[in-house]
Amino acid sequence: MKKFEYSQINGKSLAYFGLLAGLGLIAVIGVLASWYMEHNGHYVTGMNNQVIWGTPHIFAVFLIVAASGALNVASIASVFSKKMYEPMARLSALLAIALLAGGLVILLLDLGRPDRLIVAMTYYNFKSIFAWNIILYTGFFAIVGTYIWMMMDHNMYKYKKTVGLAAFIWRLTLTTGTGSIFGFLVARSAYDAALLAPMFIIMSFSFGLAIFILVLMAAYNWTGRELGDVVIARLRKLLGVFVAAVLYFVIVYHLTNLYITQRHGVEEFILSSGGIYTQLFWIGQVLIGGLIPLVLIYAPGVSQCRKTLAFVCTLVILGGLAQLYVLIIGGQAFPLDIFPGYEVSSSFYDGVIASYSPSLPEVLLGLGGIAVALLLVTFALKVLRFLPPSLADSVADPHA
Amino acid sequence: MTRSFLQLTIFCGMFLLMLSGKALAETPFPKIHEPEGEGVKCVQPEDEIRRNHMKYILHQRDKTVHEGIRTERYSLAKCIDCHVQPDENGKIVDHTSDEHFCNACHQYAAVQIDCFECHADRPQKFIKRSTDKQALNQQMQDMLAKKTSDGSNE
Amino acid sequence: MSDCVNNSRRDFISKVALAGTVTLAPGLLLHTAQAKPDDQAVSSKTRWGILIDTNKCGKGCTSCVDACNEEFALIGSMPNSADTQKTQYIRKVTLKEKTTGHEQSLPLLCQHCENPPCVDVCPTGASFKRADGIVLVDKHICIGCRYCMMACPYKARSFVHEEIVNQTLAAPRGKGTVESCTMCVHRVDKDRNPACVEACNADNHNAMIFGDMNDPESALSVELKNNGGKQIRADLGLNTGVRYQGI
Repeated sequence: MKKFEYSQINGKSLAYFGLLAGLGLIAVIGVLASWYMEHNGHYVTGMNNQVIWGTPHIFAVFLIVAASGALNVASIASVFSKKMYEPMARLSALLAIALLAGGLVILLLDLGRPDRLIVAMTYYNFKSIFAWNIILYTGFFAIVGTYIWMMMDHNMYKYKKTVGLAAFIWRLTLTTGTGSIFGFLVARSAYDAALLAPMFIIMSFSFGLAIFILVLMAAYNWTGRELGDVVIARLRKLLGVFVAAVLYFVIVYHLTNLYITQRHGVEEFILSSGGIYTQLFWIGQVLIGGLIPLVLIYAPGVSQCRKTLAFVCTLVILGGLAQLYVLIIGGQAFPLDIFPGYEVSSSFYDGVIASYSPSLPEVLLGLGGIAVALLLVTFALKVLRFLPPSLADSVADPHA
Repeated sequence: MTRSFLQLTIFCGMFLLMLSGKALAETPFPKIHEPEGEGVKCVQPEDEIRRNHMKYILHQRDKTVHEGIRTERYSLAKCIDCHVQPDENGKIVDHTSDEHFCNACHQYAAVQIDCFECHADRPQKFIKRSTDKQALNQQMQDMLAKKTSDGSNE
Repeated sequence: MSDCVNNSRRDFISKVALAGTVTLAPGLLLHTAQAKPDDQAVSSKTRWGILIDTNKCGKGCTSCVDACNEEFALIGSMPNSADTQKTQYIRKVTLKEKTTGHEQSLPLLCQHCENPPCVDVCPTGASFKRADGIVLVDKHICIGCRYCMMACPYKARSFVHEEIVNQTLAAPRGKGTVESCTMCVHRVDKDRNPACVEACNADNHNAMIFGDMNDPESALSVELKNNGGKQIRADLGLNTGVRYQGI
């Protein structure tokens, strides 16, 4: 079996420390934003008793979903024995851990009482999907951490495949859990669909890979290491399949709702009359996050250059954020159907579309979480051997 | 080598002991108001309640919230009723003040209290609360008017 | 007579000492020797419930809401929060049938489900159901994740958006935790009616009956048995403790 070489990045340049400082600053601002919200109470945010989970949850869910997706490359290598992905497996696992950490930081800091973290860890209600997720997240850290160890330790290398399989199964379970947070809610018409669990898995494939490609290209570009066209071409095609699959699930989800008369209200809201949510759906989620990337990946004659791929990945990420905004905020903005068949009104905003506009601290907290994730990656690449010195075509795929 | 290490340890230990002794001497015990009425005492001896009050309150808390047991002996409200009193000028301080009965010690001991986030920090009789419906309505109207005029409602 | 007797114990008392008690004002009936001793835990032999007759509920009347706001000192407790952020335990909802245009009005509060979704989803168990069926938030272990608010099909819960001071003994409530109707558990434990029910009866609307659903003799159970009482969103199978007539 061929062994790949790995090395730390140099990390002594001004640019490297600039990157660390920049990300650190964004992370600190995020923490300060959270402190501001906790100190005053959530009245300073855009949330209210109608839209309960706001912008921080968009970022948090996005990062958590992307985290399990980032592990794909490693899974393809160890579970499906695709040799070409093997040298990227370490980075893939690292990114998975970092993204999850970033997402959880946001989730924690948006709690009403983040100071009660210890309560969250000592009191468990085992029927709560949140409580399952706390176990799934902790387990993910442990398993993927072990996975990295197996990959890095020559003595443990033989267990790599087994642990890799465990990580793969765990990540599928984790995303199922994340999707079920919404999918198992009977109260709201936009959720309450078991389809959300597999849909979240497909979304994780797509978002996670997009982030992985961007990080990979940045790491190789900025450290002057060679990244061959073979790897790039393969990842591009894979991303195309995932983006198409997400679109497929979105279509099935909405077709189901369109067929069920009871759900016509919420569908009409998202697809045509929902204002910002409708725009985000069609322009953000479908066009920017789906159709344009597909065209740029598959259309003949479109430039196959790396800048285009980076652009595509950025579009997929933005589209993903839009998709979660539509699902999470849009799903809450549409009023609960407490009295089917009746028009309702009250002092508590029953029966009306809820208003929500993201506040600055919420956005800053979200960005802070992303910075935490990237900060972890940037730092880890310097202290441990995650990256092969070269991913030139001759290294990645010698038989090509 | 070993001996000098031992000496250093003993020296440090004695130094710390001195420090803590000094600190103990300066512990600002809270001012306890004279109980109203003959023979009124705390629910436990002073030493015990000073050391373990949190255990009593915590136990009572779960019993009350989850089982509906509403005995008054160890209820937080009863602690507050006796111990939090206005000063000579009739002024009553809130729980963030270092003159507040609870906070006086807790600030010194650097132990954060998580009671008054939700519970009133003074006896109910010292809380001015309008029970008049009309006054309440007026209050609501004022609030709404204020909101609309400064636009903070958005 | 049924105006002033609202649960089994009171029923029992009034049957035994008929003439004596009925002449008393409703409030006086409430403190009977039958009350649960303070040191006794609540039991699942009882299941508290409320029956609301929407036909008797006045369209413009907000007595129950006012009484609740007063009981828990809700009004003015959150001066910085927008109206969409303020707490409401109970609210008057106006319903209009989409095809016929028929209008009614009813108070909506926590339905105190037998199988409450809020309790299912709470990660710490802060959302819980007491043995006697009352659904509460243990604010000591609530971390403010708001999952219960996502899960409640009745939108019965509110999030405390800012610091609260000078709380009542009835409802310790604080920033960063979730709260909702407690069915006036502090009164129920002292054998009194919830504030909303008391206010409705005091105004002589008598649209609300509070009582023990497990006791076939209680005024509530008798009325439910004779004239029925619907659950809101009965399709969800939550078996609510608050029932409605006339919807």
